[in-house]
Amino acid sequence: MCYSRKRSPWLFHMNSGSCNGCDIEIVAALSPRYDAEQLGVRLEGSPRHADILVVTGPVTRNAAGAIKTVYSQVCGPKAVVAIGSCPATTNVFIDSRTLDGPLEKHLPVDVFVPGCPPRPDAIVRGVAKAAEILAEREAKRWPEESVMIPMAEVGGGCACSGGECANNSAADEVKQ
Amino acid sequence: MNSIVYFVQLPIVTALARLLIFPGLLFAVPAAWFFLWSERKAVAMMQGRIGPPFMQPFFDFIKLLGKTTPPRSGVAGMLMKAWPLIAMSAAAGAVGLLPVLPSSGGFEGDLILLLALLELPSICIIAAGFSSRSIFGEIGSAREAVLSVSYNIVFLLAIISIAASQHTFRLETLAQLPASPLHWLGIAAILVCLPAKLHINPFSLPNAEQEIYAGPMTEYAGPELAMWDLSHGLEWVASTGLVATLVAPHITIWWLAAITFVALSFGVVLLLSVAAAATARLQIDTSVRFFWQCTLIFAGLAVASALFMRFVS
Repeated sequence: MCYSRKRSPWLFHMNSGSCNGCDIEIVAALSPRYDAEQLGVRLEGSPRHADILVVTGPVTRNAAGAIKTVYSQVCGPKAVVAIGSCPATTNVFIDSRTLDGPLEKHLPVDVFVPGCPPRPDAIVRGVAKAAEILAEREAKRWPEESVMIPMAEVGGGCACSGGECANNSAADEVKQ
Repeated sequence: MNSIVYFVQLPIVTALARLLIFPGLLFAVPAAWFFLWSERKAVAMMQGRIGPPFMQPFFDFIKLLGKTTPPRSGVAGMLMKAWPLIAMSAAAGAVGLLPVLPSSGGFEGDLILLLALLELPSICIIAAGFSSRSIFGEIGSAREAVLSVSYNIVFLLAIISIAASQHTFRLETLAQLPASPLHWLGIAAILVCLPAKLHINPFSLPNAEQEIYAGPMTEYAGPELAMWDLSHGLEWVASTGLVATLVAPHITIWWLAAITFVALSFGVVLLLSVAAAATARLQIDTSVRFFWQCTLIFAGLAVASALFMRFVS
């Protein structure tokens, strides 16, 4: 059962007021170059099917209620992955009166993937880490600690756009 | 030794062996997972990806069994638990009816029972969407109902044309008879209907992912969703198996017949997967028009010529 949970993380993607940068990178993580389906990852249409809630954006006031509703719709055991700097710190929108962030104020976040936006390989790594956490978790609601994926380790937040970036090694590992 | 042979030839034992061992549950469940993996892998390879590992559908199934389900009460809750089980049993029964092995029994009219069992999962999906009271489930169910009315006319006419030309509704007799041009026309019509029956592109309308969330399955979770997945896999085995039995040449050696059946079913899975990867989802009115205007004419012609041939002969 634990191994199956680790090998079959199904995601539900929730945008809480993101600029769409991170959302595009999540789609890129499922594209042929990064191919997260090798790890059993599937982007699900319904939160009822999902194991991992993937949240982007700094959590606007309008989105705060919706996030809690969607989190309650995900069946346990479940995990939350915060994609990008916005859900972690509200990023450049800090002190905005339209925000009710960061995400940890509302949900127990298991993995932070920092970056603005994070690279797809960082997202894949973050989801894989969340799947490992999920494998060890029985239907417990609140996790004891959050895990931070170091930016240097996975190349998160790297501004390179081409394939020459030295931080592509994580994606190559996944492909192999 | 003679007593064992006599025991095995008893109809009830043969029927149970077919339902539980081959081509029934013991074969059909791993085959369902294998076909689900083949479909995902073929689509991934068509898209230039590596795709999921071999055991992925098995991992998905086990993981879903271990998940919690939202609390449901009342008749609607009981119905929501019952529909996936009925769908799975019907699909497993349909696989068990397929005359894979030579002289495997069967009875006059088992083709009609097979068609009914193949249709039951579709009816369960419609009912499940409405039972879930989700707006997306209801839209998905309505789409499934409209699609079912459209493709089933062509599907049933194709089967009737094959059966009428051969004067029988017995599957084993149909499988043994030599193929005629009419036979191939009917098989082509069945192949056109299979993407709609299996909800894959270009007819993936009922469960249109990212469009109406997950259609009738939107509210399902955990073990119930696992049963729906298994039922879908068994539908793959039954539908492709039906084509395989109609296409397969008559082979008297049982192990060769079994291998031919699996190979032909796998070929049909690959064909459908490639078609699914190469096409986009059609709109509901385009799909209905396709079946009612384009394919219905050919299916009608097939039935007319089958009946004509019957009266001539």
